[in-house]
Amino acid sequence: MEAPGAGAPPRAAAPGRTLLAWAGAGAGLLFFWAVLPRLPVNPYHVQVLMYVGINAILAASLNLVNGYMGEFSVGHAGFMAVGAYVSAVVTLWLVPRPLWGALFPAALLAGGAAAALVGLVVAVPSFRTRGDYLAIVTLALNMIVKSAIENIEAVGGPRGLPGIGRLTTPAWVFVWVVVTLAVLRHFLHSRFGRGVAAIREDELAAELIGIDTRQVKLQAFLLSAFFAGVAGGLYAHLLQFINPRSFDIVKSTEILVMVYLGGVASLAGSLVGAAVYTVLLEALRFLGLWRWVLAPLLLVVLMIGRPRGLLGYREAALFVPAWERALRRAAARARSEGAGSPEGTGS
Amino acid sequence: MIAYLLQQAINALQLGSVYALIALGYSMVYGVLRLINFAHGDVFMVGAFLGFFAAAVMRWPFVATLLFSMVGTAALGVTIERVAYRPLRDAPRVSAVITALGVGLFLEHFVLATVGAQPRQIPRMIPVRFYPLPGGIGFSSSQAVIFGVALLLMLVLDLFVNRTMTGMAMRAISWDIRHLPLMGVPVNRIVSLTFAIGSALAAAGGILVGLAYPIIDPYMGILVGWKAFVAAVVGGIGSVRGAMVGGYVLAATEVFVAAFLPSTYRDFVAFSLLLALLVFRPTGMLGRVWAQKV
Repeated sequence: MEAPGAGAPPRAAAPGRTLLAWAGAGAGLLFFWAVLPRLPVNPYHVQVLMYVGINAILAASLNLVNGYMGEFSVGHAGFMAVGAYVSAVVTLWLVPRPLWGALFPAALLAGGAAAALVGLVVAVPSFRTRGDYLAIVTLALNMIVKSAIENIEAVGGPRGLPGIGRLTTPAWVFVWVVVTLAVLRHFLHSRFGRGVAAIREDELAAELIGIDTRQVKLQAFLLSAFFAGVAGGLYAHLLQFINPRSFDIVKSTEILVMVYLGGVASLAGSLVGAAVYTVLLEALRFLGLWRWVLAPLLLVVLMIGRPRGLLGYREAALFVPAWERALRRAAARARSEGAGSPEGTGS
Repeated sequence: MIAYLLQQAINALQLGSVYALIALGYSMVYGVLRLINFAHGDVFMVGAFLGFFAAAVMRWPFVATLLFSMVGTAALGVTIERVAYRPLRDAPRVSAVITALGVGLFLEHFVLATVGAQPRQIPRMIPVRFYPLPGGIGFSSSQAVIFGVALLLMLVLDLFVNRTMTGMAMRAISWDIRHLPLMGVPVNRIVSLTFAIGSALAAAGGILVGLAYPIIDPYMGILVGWKAFVAAVVGGIGSVRGAMVGGYVLAATEVFVAAFLPSTYRDFVAFSLLLALLVFRPTGMLGRVWAQKV
């Protein structure tokens, strides 16, 4: 994607803004790594914060498939399970205890890679079928993963896998949230990202204008599964105990709710959705059982009032490249001047 | 060996009848609204709890319990559609699906918060008898009732959908909901009726399950609901006869897998077969293949 003709002056501002974003990420990392552990904060609040981060990774990665590509995957927890178990097995069996801290990222990457491999099981059927039938494929995959783990005695079967090291720290969660959002942002605004949006709007037309829809779908599903796997790894090393039931269809439903609560096709939406959902459920804890009665009711009311979620199809400026913002501004200017240009209205 | 297989086949008929009854609700609603009604499994659960109330608290006989539960859930289904789905009929399709997930969670936890988490036992409503058949196999009275009631309900439904004007209107909605009001069809009333019938069938499934496995709890609808949904898809979602066939196919798969392998492999094999089926026949066994207009 090359630069638009009309956007010369705003383009100049681009490097500064990008630099600012990365500086912000660096400052955030410094805060979570060096400052937060020394602050007298309630460990419970830190825990909730880490859940928000992990859920944000899950929601953003699912949003790639469900929001941007317009598929309906309902089995995201399956990939999470693969990542959780593989990374836990790597730290427990392969890495000696003194090296746990140093090799934690490698374990997470292994979990993500394994999840991506399992993602192939969904990606390949998606070449032939979509919509509700693909939803069933993802559902079936979730059930198969859970059932397979229950039958592997080496990792504890249905009893679960205890004794995982508590390696997940706020800093690691922050790093992976930033990595996830940065990778997704770049992917979505690349050539393949255009392909993803084209598949959502009209798959047949996308194929006709020469988009390799198989390649695009393959990449999107693998990327989505990879980050779900990483999130699973973070989750496992935060809880220190995992069992197959934590990754059942109810977990998948929770991720779906975060995505659609925050808004489809919006990375900022996924962040907001994960934060609102996680914090709300914790804040309603005093209601006991009734919070699970109230939370779904709020969701229903919200969907009726705002069917696209809080931020559906809207994006924070941070997640849109400068050249594209310039392009959109130029297009808006052209429209207001009455010279409606067909380009630049995309996504 | 043959006797064992036949006995398993009888068990499959029992389980399949329940799956088929629930799958019908998924398929009918999908047929008219193109909506996967994820709250349906929980409607089934509410049906079982209404049955528990009628049988254990009011001490009603079987038929009264069945009718009470069916009427109660029919009202529930119509209410859900009116309150949660109708405002979203013109919104993006997934919004309604998420609402459905929300309604399902609400039903589960509302029952949990009001009735309590401990499993309840539905009292025996029909005398237990065992009828031997030649060859060393046989069936129990509850199996006979489950299969008989399910078959009767499905026959009536099939006649209703295929032979009456209202049934024709239902099928017409699945073709073109937008222009159907021009033909003088009261779309909203037909949709409500679809929800009423689907929910009542799920309640019947809930009561029949109570005959065979009398322990019920607020989460019982989740897994059974998803499996019935799978059955509806295997048969071809949107097709009434497909849902019936799919229910029995899924049950047969599960029962025979459990008969030869450790029962923990049941879900694994059943869903793997589903995956394979969808790769080779993406629209199910009796599903309509839609031509895509370019």
